[in-house]
Amino acid sequence: MAFQILLNFFIAIVWMFLSSSATATTFVIGYLIGFILLFVMRRFFTERLYIDRVWAAFKLTVIFIKELVLSNISVLLLVIRPKLDLKPRFFALPTELERDWEITLLSSLITLTPGTVVVHVSDDQRVLYVHAIDADDVDDAIHSIKNTFEKAIKEVSRP
Amino acid sequence: MTVIANTLIVISILVGLVFTVVAVVGIIRLPDVYTRAHAASKSATLGVLSILVGVFFHFWLNEGHFSVKILLGILFLFITAPIGGHLMSRAAYVSGVKPTE
Repeated sequence: MAFQILLNFFIAIVWMFLSSSATATTFVIGYLIGFILLFVMRRFFTERLYIDRVWAAFKLTVIFIKELVLSNISVLLLVIRPKLDLKPRFFALPTELERDWEITLLSSLITLTPGTVVVHVSDDQRVLYVHAIDADDVDDAIHSIKNTFEKAIKEVSRP
Repeated sequence: MTVIANTLIVISILVGLVFTVVAVVGIIRLPDVYTRAHAASKSATLGVLSILVGVFFHFWLNEGHFSVKILLGILFLFITAPIGGHLMSRAAYVSGVKPTE
């Protein structure tokens, strides 16, 4: 991915030299031309075209902001309820992610989703231990949320 | 234009205040460390975040000053706040604090 972006920059700079004008407009035009070239040549790369992963990262950001707002509203409703009837509980969540940054990202996302805080990552990085604030309605919902997050992260990190 | 800008600023600062107050109330009302970590790590993040967004738009739209420092502050807050919540609840668990039943 880094190689493709670098190549695209390189093509843009070559375009600036060819048209012998060092302005931002020329750079943008060169970058677009370079992107079209990369798109045409896409079957020579071993990885996906980098715009795919950029788009996946953008979708992950949108999911993240949505979950942040939802989790705040749920904490608000929980806190201002006149009678506190929580069933806090710990549970284990097996994960298929392998690299360190993926697991860090997943646990940050889980910490900012409704009703869950990551307490511990197991030493072999296969299981996350999560504290849920309200046990009975959460379990299924949480697993579906985890699937969407894990899937979105995999979508970003797949080469 | 100014009316729209001011409405945006006032709404985001008010939302930030409400969520900060909710974080404080949650820390007082909730029973143990772990549930308090929920309130502190979520509501405080979004509260400070929307106050910063309001300040950013105020200086951008009313004073004409585009402040990159505030955007960087928002980014740092996003990165550090969940890690802080995680580390505090993990430290509590490792040192043997019991959750309420």
